[in-house]
Amino acid sequence: MKRFLPGQHAARSALFLALLLAAPYALPNEYYLSICILACLNAVVAVGLNLLMGYAGQISLGHAAFYGIGAYATAICTTRLGLPIPVGMAAGVSLAAVVAWIVAAPTLKLKGHYLAMATLGFGIIVSIVFNEAVDLTGGPSGYVGIPRLALSGYAFDTDHAYYNLMAVVLALVVLGSLNLMKSRTGRALRALHVSEKAAASLGVDIAAHKRFVFVLSAALAGLAGVLYAHYLSFIAPASFGFAYSVQVVVMVVLGGMASVWGSVAGAFFLTALPEALREFEDIDILVYGAILVGAIMFVPDGLAGGLGRLARKLRRAGAAHGN
Amino acid sequence: MLSGAPQYLVSGLTQGAAYGLIGLGFTMIFNTTGIINFAQGEFVMLGGMLAVAFLGLGLPLPLAVAAACLATAVVGALMERLAIRPLAGAPAINAVIITIGISILLRGGAMLVFGKDTLALPAFSGVAPILAMGAAIQPQSIWVLAVTLALLAALKLFFSATIQGKAMLACSCQKKAASLVGISVARMALLSFSLSGLIGAVAGAILAPITMTAYDVGTMLGLKGFAACILGGLGNPFGAAAGGLVLGVLESFGAGYVASGYKDAFAFVVLLLLLFVKPSGLFGKAGVERV
Repeated sequence: MKRFLPGQHAARSALFLALLLAAPYALPNEYYLSICILACLNAVVAVGLNLLMGYAGQISLGHAAFYGIGAYATAICTTRLGLPIPVGMAAGVSLAAVVAWIVAAPTLKLKGHYLAMATLGFGIIVSIVFNEAVDLTGGPSGYVGIPRLALSGYAFDTDHAYYNLMAVVLALVVLGSLNLMKSRTGRALRALHVSEKAAASLGVDIAAHKRFVFVLSAALAGLAGVLYAHYLSFIAPASFGFAYSVQVVVMVVLGGMASVWGSVAGAFFLTALPEALREFEDIDILVYGAILVGAIMFVPDGLAGGLGRLARKLRRAGAAHGN
Repeated sequence: MLSGAPQYLVSGLTQGAAYGLIGLGFTMIFNTTGIINFAQGEFVMLGGMLAVAFLGLGLPLPLAVAAACLATAVVGALMERLAIRPLAGAPAINAVIITIGISILLRGGAMLVFGKDTLALPAFSGVAPILAMGAAIQPQSIWVLAVTLALLAALKLFFSATIQGKAMLACSCQKKAASLVGISVARMALLSFSLSGLIGAVAGAILAPITMTAYDVGTMLGLKGFAACILGGLGNPFGAAAGGLVLGVLESFGAGYVASGYKDAFAFVVLLLLLFVKPSGLFGKAGVERV
């Protein structure tokens, strides 16, 4: 097996960041920038979910709940409670993590479809609370007046500034995830995915590892939620429902399970796709569904796997040509 | 405090019977293929919407309902043939994502063909409520319960007295062993998808006069059906039906006595609590994991 150089992840992440930062100069207008920001937000959630689903093999159909908890927590802290933005953001991420920590213990004992059901049910309950707790969340019509992000005097008031921040956040999340999966903890997570009994017999604390990755994954979703709220300055429960949970799962699977880069690709692809399909007007939803079905049928190992295969094929063709 | 209890019970049982039928559809497909079919709710939607459409074309009501159910069974069969079977050997999660994609397609298609309006199917035999034990029972509720019981009895017969039914049971026990004794597992999968389509459409058609129908009713109904079969213990068709009834009644009482806005949440809270105590559902056997 090829040995990875120690700095390889850092180098690739830096290259990725440079690409992200350069992208706006190739985009025709501001509108595309806002889609890129949403794509970065989705990518943070998808990478987080992939740590849980792709690496540790635990499905979650309720990640929209953590995204929403982060967004609503910072919204309420920074407006009604009048707290400074960094405090609100910290509160949003921590609340998502704490809720995940509480939910994790009974939930992660479940397996397979029962786990899917439990996380799905949790997501639906939280989304109903967002809708019904009108005094706290503003109900279905949403929560307005969330301040745009400003940190230590610097206001991220243009989309370009916000996008640069998102690019840095995403690159850091990618780097951290890649390194985590190369670490002892990452190996333990992959081991328990393959066989919990075998991993346990080698001394891996199954429950603690599952809980750790669940909380980490929820905290990343919470972080994205916090940044989403301070970007749009308006949030509504429709953004944090079952549909979003499913969308993130699809991003992970379409990108390629257990591939951090795949999740980033899946998130960018699925965020951009509806925009690209706008010109089909009424039938855009049909085209979206068809592309989804087709992609899974013809590229079953996801974008990451498919691109990898394509690259190998090209290299082989090139080598054959060279001979 | 207990005023209205009979009323809540009746409406809960009616709704629950439909959840049970939907859960039954999930279970049949799960048993033969190991897939959770997230397009199950769309089968329910198709049952209601197609019945309204056929009625609009001038078919009499019973014929319209029958045609809708058969058409949905064909949709189920096509789905297995075109999208699920080519996937054989891929991880189950891929198949689940395919079913999500198909549910998006069916929902989008229904929106294009039937529009975004909420449509109503006329009640099968009038709307004059029957007063009994302090509850006003709609005749349609009796239809729902009767049709559900009849379908359950027919399925019981199917599984215990026909060769196809027994073959399907064999697939759910052990696919490899079933194919060794000459059962075509692929054909059983096809049969289970079309039967699920049929059962889902029946649920949609009998429920449509009570709750109305629209292109997007499938999602929540599908999730409730999934909850019903998990509640009953995944893999047990009659557990799914019982789970549906329990879920419907809980939901109805929750909406009546606690808060109607939290109606959908109530059922899921109870489901989660149950799963935490009994991780394999009410009637499910605790699985033994092979190493």
